[in-house]
Amino acid sequence: MTETEIINIINDSMVKEFEFDPDMMTPDAHMVKDLGMDSLDFVDLVVVLQDAFGIKLRNEPQVREINTLGDLHNLVLGKKRELDAEGK
Amino acid sequence: MMNKRRVAITGMGTVSPFGSGVKCLWEHLLKGDSAVQIMPDMQEIGGLRSCVAAVVPAVDASVIDRKKRRFMSPMSIYSTVAALEATAMAGLSEEKITDRGTGLCLASTMGSSAESEAFFQELNRSSSIENIKSTMFFKTMNHSCAANTAQALGITGRIVSPSAACASSNLTIGLAYETIAAGNQDIMICGGTDEHHYLATAVFDIMNAASYQYNNEPQQTPRPFDINRDGVVCAEGAGILILEEMECARKRNAEILAEIVGFATFSAPDNIAHPDSQTIVDCMESSMRQARLRVEDIDYVNAHATATIQGDIAEAQAISAAVDNKVPVSSLKGHLGHTMAASGAIELIASIQMMHYGILIPTRNLVTPDPKCNGIDFVTIPRKIEVNIIIKNSFALGGINSTILIRRNRND
Repeated sequence: MTETEIINIINDSMVKEFEFDPDMMTPDAHMVKDLGMDSLDFVDLVVVLQDAFGIKLRNEPQVREINTLGDLHNLVLGKKRELDAEGK
Repeated sequence: MMNKRRVAITGMGTVSPFGSGVKCLWEHLLKGDSAVQIMPDMQEIGGLRSCVAAVVPAVDASVIDRKKRRFMSPMSIYSTVAALEATAMAGLSEEKITDRGTGLCLASTMGSSAESEAFFQELNRSSSIENIKSTMFFKTMNHSCAANTAQALGITGRIVSPSAACASSNLTIGLAYETIAAGNQDIMICGGTDEHHYLATAVFDIMNAASYQYNNEPQQTPRPFDINRDGVVCAEGAGILILEEMECARKRNAEILAEIVGFATFSAPDNIAHPDSQTIVDCMESSMRQARLRVEDIDYVNAHATATIQGDIAEAQAISAAVDNKVPVSSLKGHLGHTMAASGAIELIASIQMMHYGILIPTRNLVTPDPKCNGIDFVTIPRKIEVNIIIKNSFALGGINSTILIRRNRND
């Protein structure tokens, strides 16, 4: 899976789950200020990403440090690389 | 209760098995339609004999903001859509709706069974809660419909959710009426809502009270008061009414659809599942006494009559004793099925339409009245009549009995 494919899956999953306008899904979009996400949306985002990629973020402190969509992309890409390296 | 304030009905809205809106409900009732259909999924459940239900066609939920809608199961979507229709009909401004003087009293039989089922299925599958979303609890809690509808409308007055199974909305309307009459709120948004799940049908089937002899001709059931009735057909939907203190409604020149003039609810503690005729009589007589009305003043009784063997007999005997055979009686379950917690409100809305248009909707599927239900005037074809006073009965498992009495608006 290429980085572009991973980013597209993240964006598509969020558009579907949170009914975002696809045009809003830019790396510099702020998760709270631009996309309007709240704490419960972040809980559900973790479930959506777990379902899409098999990665577990619930106990990851980095989730609380996500500000922009680009931050989320980088976190998932990193976790996905770790998983792939472990051969999972 | 002395010096109580008068209470007007100024708005109503519904999502019924016929679709969204009071107009849609009324048009289908006038045509004598049935919303009952075969439920193929229920045919797959071992031992479930009743495979019919009346379910709501697709509802446009996009009118509710995503941030509010994410916590809603279908029952809350139905009640919110119905509440939006009701507040619009009443001409309530956003300022009025969100004022502390406006409260909400809404109930369902239980929280979302489908959502609870999904939670436990996932837990059984994965032995983990990691795939459960944060919105789950808000759909399963007992006051889910009340909380969600209040959030969507911006209610800041009191929220009450007095669940009482199939009598829920008669109780919410009655309690809302008493709340305004006592001076505790000026406006109450009230009613009931439910979403169909096979659990509801199973509950009645287990007790031999669900209809299953008409699975191949679903629109022939339920058959309230008919000799060939064989039980309840479960349904879903929402009914919402706007109750308002009379002077408050008059001051803002609201159209007054009717006035609530009596409400009674009594418990029958002898048996949690069996209807009790005397308690029904007491409800009807108590509401008439409150309104200072006599038997000859009553123009129509909208019966609870769900088409169970025992329930219909008990109610027919009670009506015969309370208002004798001079008052026309019909049940709308033959058209709508039993919309559970919504039934009292949806059927009261339909009754107000009957008052407005001067036509009584007959009991669909009542062909041969059960001799054990005799002594009352069954409406079996549409009847044109001036309707000024209506009694609405509603009962529930748990020994719950209730009667609401409404009167055509007067200028006194």
